[in-house]
Amino acid sequence: MKNSKYLPLMATFVVFVLAYIICISVFPNMLSTRVAGNLLTDNAFLGITAVGMTFVILSGGIDLSVGSVIAFTGVFLSVILRDTSIHPLAAFAIVLVLTTAFGAAMGGIIFFLDMPPFIVTLAGMFLARGISYLLTTESVPITHPFYSTLQDIYFLMPGGGRLTLIAIIMLVVFAVGIVLAQRTRFGTYVYALGGNLTSAQLMGVPVAKTTIGIYALSGFLAGLSGIVFSLYTSAGYSLAAVGVELDAIAAVVIGGTLLTGGYGFVAGTFLGICIQGLIQTYIVFDGTLSSWWTKIVIGLLLFGFIALQRGLMWMSERSARNMRHASAAQPSSA
Amino acid sequence: MANAQPLLSVRGVSKAFLGVSALENVDFTLQAGEVHALLGENGAGKSTLIKIITGAYRRDEGEVLLEGTPIHPRDVVDAQKLGIGTVYQEVNLLTNLTVAENLFLGRQPKRFGLTDVREMNRRSKAILDTYGLDIDVTAPLANFSVAIQQVVAIARAVDISGKVLVLDEPTASLDAHEVEMLFAVVRQLRARGMGIIFISHFLDQVYEIADSITVLRNGRLIDTVPVAGLDRLKLVSMMLGRQLEADIKRTIDPNTAQSEPLVSLRGLGKRGNIDPLDLDIRQGEVVGIAGLLGSGRTETAQLVFGIERADSGTISVAGTPVNMSSPRKAIAQGFAFCPEDRKTDGIVGDLSVRENIIFALQAQRGWMRPLSRSEQEALADRYIAALDIRTSDREKPIKFLSGGNQQKVLLARWLATNPRFLILDEPTRGIDVGAHAEIIRLIIDLCERGMALLVISSELGELVGYSSRIIVLRDRKMVSELTGDEISTDHIMKAIASHDATGEAA
Repeated sequence: MKNSKYLPLMATFVVFVLAYIICISVFPNMLSTRVAGNLLTDNAFLGITAVGMTFVILSGGIDLSVGSVIAFTGVFLSVILRDTSIHPLAAFAIVLVLTTAFGAAMGGIIFFLDMPPFIVTLAGMFLARGISYLLTTESVPITHPFYSTLQDIYFLMPGGGRLTLIAIIMLVVFAVGIVLAQRTRFGTYVYALGGNLTSAQLMGVPVAKTTIGIYALSGFLAGLSGIVFSLYTSAGYSLAAVGVELDAIAAVVIGGTLLTGGYGFVAGTFLGICIQGLIQTYIVFDGTLSSWWTKIVIGLLLFGFIALQRGLMWMSERSARNMRHASAAQPSSA
Repeated sequence: MANAQPLLSVRGVSKAFLGVSALENVDFTLQAGEVHALLGENGAGKSTLIKIITGAYRRDEGEVLLEGTPIHPRDVVDAQKLGIGTVYQEVNLLTNLTVAENLFLGRQPKRFGLTDVREMNRRSKAILDTYGLDIDVTAPLANFSVAIQQVVAIARAVDISGKVLVLDEPTASLDAHEVEMLFAVVRQLRARGMGIIFISHFLDQVYEIADSITVLRNGRLIDTVPVAGLDRLKLVSMMLGRQLEADIKRTIDPNTAQSEPLVSLRGLGKRGNIDPLDLDIRQGEVVGIAGLLGSGRTETAQLVFGIERADSGTISVAGTPVNMSSPRKAIAQGFAFCPEDRKTDGIVGDLSVRENIIFALQAQRGWMRPLSRSEQEALADRYIAALDIRTSDREKPIKFLSGGNQQKVLLARWLATNPRFLILDEPTRGIDVGAHAEIIRLIIDLCERGMALLVISSELGELVGYSSRIIVLRDRKMVSELTGDEISTDHIMKAIASHDATGEAA
């Protein structure tokens, strides 16, 4: 029974291992550090924003704005690097402050106006996308030499695979995310909010600060993800990263986090990202399959995991009910 | 014990909500090393008093002294820091976190800026050891029974607060063995010198654990008495209020008692809600249900109306067994039910009086056959006149009406469906004296016109006044059925106060 908490995570792990085994049995070449390195690089921006999304979903919320924030970050960087002489590092700092403040503002609205996160972040999604359009409607290339320097940084893995800077950033974000979730008060508060808001309040959890912190974190990571995305594509485009918020949510859910909040792990999200990456890699290797198969398989996986979660909840509710009934049968006369 | 300074002392506290007084000039004194039971029916002011002590509400008047110092807790967390911890019936912990995290939420031990999980688990284990609880503190709280969750909640409250512990109906969902375990913990805390406020509906438990009792009724302090030597009948009459005037009874047509029952319950029950009971209700009869809060009164009504599904027994209507698995089926049989909590289960506050009246009838007809506007208006006007509903306009949102008039609208809603059998749960609670009398007259009137009624009420005098028969529930069991001359407030109170030979106390 104690393991029920880890069951979705273990299911994800099993799915990942099975998927990898299938991939390797069809394309033995997929068992290489080159493939692994590419997989991490290709999904770096998605992974970073999915870490933020994990915190949001653990707290029982949702953040639909991250895709637009990624696009905004890219456009902002490309425009500022084209039109001014600001160093990219300074531009990174500015944009991270902006996106963090943007997330914090959404968290503040969610808490103080008692609005559903879905609506608030939907508004944030339109707002961020709209501002990107205002900056420019074209795809603006980034040609700053510092970008080339960053893009050339990599760690050569045995077997010839390249662990690029952005892949390393993603791995670091996941590691920090895991520590933040499991070993800090903030992390416990996030789980507390997702478990039961009223109880959390009565137990003295600083709900306002935590809510704002969660969305600020998601905004910060969306900004970081946007920086990584601009390094990955060397351009900023206001139409980029459409639907990334949904991919991130999918990765979180496939990673075993309960959409209603309170249960789940950042490490699970990493597995969720890897599963999505594996499917894409398989399709690339196959060469004949339409890339839409990624979406189809992810859709099926999502259904499977939601059914699994529902089943687990149903089982635990039933055992709780039985326990209550058994105990309530004789309430008096000790 | 009285010569020492009291641990907690409440003096002349009053609280009103929107001009309606919930607590009037109440005094309450808790000594260290004492278990003090706080008793009273719904609306007596218990929870208001507790919420003032624990900082959930601000008092309008009066003062609260903790160890002689006036306190003004801003919120529950503030009260906790001052030394007043609360454990609620619905355990307010986080079942998705581990036992240790629940104990240390917000004050986790840290090492190098990070939570020191090992230290937290070690200290949790040590804390629970003192309660004789040897459980895996790294497991999620959801894995444990409600009783253990209660003890964890108490352990947290004591560890944080350590002076006053408020137990708000902690035993409501525990079995006898678990109650013993909880009481062992409470006795241990009492021995440590904590002051414990204990709220419960179960008189046996109050007698077993409490040292003194404070009874509230209608927001007023009735008395504070030591438990030792307290007569049960006296306690019940303090809680319910003794009617000074002689009981006024309706004359009952002896013929109705012979007729075929309209509704028959045979062995109807649901585990944990109400033990199986038999009951017949005939046309032209009012059957009253008496009992303290939590005795299974509302649960019985909910079983009959199909809100809760019975796990044993049958319901027959006019001799034919029927399947009563949902309120729709009950309504199809000509049943109607006015629930206890008018505001949340009855009225739709923002809709007009007219819309509130036509609800049940429209639902019964189905959406394919809507009532025309003119039919709706005619219906609303008819009932506004017939029940004398005081409203300036039939289109006025019902939330602006007084409690008594809202209750009449609910009655009108069901009368419009022309029911054979009407269930009323506390029909006169929270309404003014004039409307009170009118509702009682209406009950008698409906009964004389041949309707069968089942009425739940805490107002014993009122129940005695109109009931043809009264059943008394105690601890989720039917303990007595009173007919004819047996119907009196005295008999009801005796039946409520009686306790099993197996009970320990008194």
